[in-house]
Amino acid sequence: MRCPRDVAIVGFAQTVHRRTSENVSETEMLLPVLREVLDRTGLAPGEAGFTCSGSSDYLAGRPFSFTLALDGVGAWPPIAESHVEMDGAWALYEAWVELLTGATDTALVYACGKSSAGDLDAVLTRQLDPYCTAPLWPGPADLAALQAQALIDAGATDETELAAVAARNRAAARDNPYAQLRGRVPMGPRRAGPLRTGDCPPVSDGAAAVVLAAGDTARRMCERPAWIRGLDHRIDPQGLGLRDLTEASSARLAAEHAGAFDAPVDTAEIHAPFTAQEVILRRALRLGPEVTVNPSGGALAANPVMVAGLVRFGEAAARIHRGESRRALAHATSGPCLQQNLVGVLEGEGP
Amino acid sequence: MSGPLTAPLVVEFPFTRSLGPVQSAFLTGLRERVVLGVRAGDGRVLVPPTEYDPGTAEELRELVEVAPTGTVTTWAWNPAPRPRQPLPTPFAWVLVRLDGADTALLHALDAPGPDAVRTGMRVRVRWAADRTGAITDIACFEPYEGEPREGEAHEDEPYESGPYIREFTDPVTGITTPARLDYTYAPGSAQSRYLAALARHRIVGERCPACRRVCVPPRGACPTCGVATREQTEVGPRGTVTTYCVVNIKARNAAIDVPYVYAHIALDGADQALHGRIAGIPCDRVRMGLRVEPVWTDGARHPDHYRPTGEPDAAYDTYKELL
Repeated sequence: MRCPRDVAIVGFAQTVHRRTSENVSETEMLLPVLREVLDRTGLAPGEAGFTCSGSSDYLAGRPFSFTLALDGVGAWPPIAESHVEMDGAWALYEAWVELLTGATDTALVYACGKSSAGDLDAVLTRQLDPYCTAPLWPGPADLAALQAQALIDAGATDETELAAVAARNRAAARDNPYAQLRGRVPMGPRRAGPLRTGDCPPVSDGAAAVVLAAGDTARRMCERPAWIRGLDHRIDPQGLGLRDLTEASSARLAAEHAGAFDAPVDTAEIHAPFTAQEVILRRALRLGPEVTVNPSGGALAANPVMVAGLVRFGEAAARIHRGESRRALAHATSGPCLQQNLVGVLEGEGP
Repeated sequence: MSGPLTAPLVVEFPFTRSLGPVQSAFLTGLRERVVLGVRAGDGRVLVPPTEYDPGTAEELRELVEVAPTGTVTTWAWNPAPRPRQPLPTPFAWVLVRLDGADTALLHALDAPGPDAVRTGMRVRVRWAADRTGAITDIACFEPYEGEPREGEAHEDEPYESGPYIREFTDPVTGITTPARLDYTYAPGSAQSRYLAALARHRIVGERCPACRRVCVPPRGACPTCGVATREQTEVGPRGTVTTYCVVNIKARNAAIDVPYVYAHIALDGADQALHGRIAGIPCDRVRMGLRVEPVWTDGARHPDHYRPTGEPDAAYDTYKELL
């Protein structure tokens, strides 16, 4: 993929992700994160050339909640602003495209989600096909369990491997002060099909923000910008029975179009809320044992819905900023059973 | 001072959805205990059917009847069914490829336990007693140790596009899908402080540390500057009507009779106007600049309405930025 301009992630901030956040509104949860990422990149509130956010009103049951969240960004005099009813990673995609057009040199991208306000399993049924699937009210773990069973039936994994995925992510999260489940977490009883509670993500509230900048502006804002070399998103058919659940075809296609297979990556932050999905994504994204996968602990350690995908991009970029990675893959997913996938390739300059 | 407030919040949305020719035929078929698929461009029979080819996006209309028996392609035991799921007792979620179909349908399988379920097992539809033209007309699947039932799969005899639907009398053309979600609403720290003060009949805004303007009601951040507000300052109780409208159409479930006046009111000391109802004055006498004060009723968290104070009207220049 050839990009008309060089655009990089130059700043990242996130909340400590928690099971509940009744003491703060979404705006109040977001404010410290916005302040931190703007301070880090030297931007004043309202100064970014473009602002784009990701969130869903269904999570907390508040209509137009994204307009309230705008209280936190300094939206007067009027700013150029957009919102996607999706994970913030898709807001990052829109902001990246905006920067590629040359319309502006900086963008603020943020996401917030308060899953604790509602019954997340019930809320997420509302994203399903309304004719044949949503009326049955299957939760995300139910559907992920159908996928995990299909993977086990295909001989591509077993419960021992799934438990190892859970343990590895939560062990990695020991070094992540923002994660919710850190260290040893019991696998627990079966929650759905072959999946135990330990195979499933926690319910998390949280927020995250990144700043994107182009060219020399990026170099001024950040010692080692995480240049976005490619970014693409693809979607599988809606019907769960229309696709092979043991594969993530759209993830593979997005990775291919993002240029992920053009050169090896040393790090990958992948958005796999359920253990079996990491097994599927490692295959689809061709991540071998030499790649450091989810050093943050991934979504199994903290899964603020609408935020966790953007966090993957932030975490991957932060490792490049710190000189811990040279070329990293970042991935976000949306919908049931890895239906929709967004893949980016980030690079640092120099060794 | 009391801590952050929470309150139960119920959101219900009974979506009414119209059906295209394919979904209409499929759901009408279920009502009549017939399962229809659609033939895709590559010859595969899709169940549940789609209106457009998932691979090529071409319009699909060729309906095909498939059998009410099939094979489990994957499954997941559900040990603790949740409200509104197909069965109240533990069951297996299953994807079932019906005989004559090439894709699988999601539903529930009634089985005594996970040991009784496996991928590849044979199942058949258990029809609901009351059928309305919905996916829930299939009550669930049940184990069925038999071969595909002869004569029920007509793979080689596709129905003509279009005419099929007319074989059903009174086809289903739309569905209502009620949904209810229960929340615990948490307004956050700033609004909790505001509501706590209101309970004492005091209206307390918060001052922006950057522009010094007072936000009422406060939401924790100055919407102009994007910075946190923490300095509390009491405003009002008197204020000025900055603009208003006369409401002539009664809202459903509203307890107030029309006509009434709904106004923007800039409380003294506030730099934002808030909303309130004006009473104690004929509608046609309400005007911009009218001075008003809140009227509280026992047990209410908010002023019931605002009424004229009798003071001279405020000059336009004093509120022109607060319309």
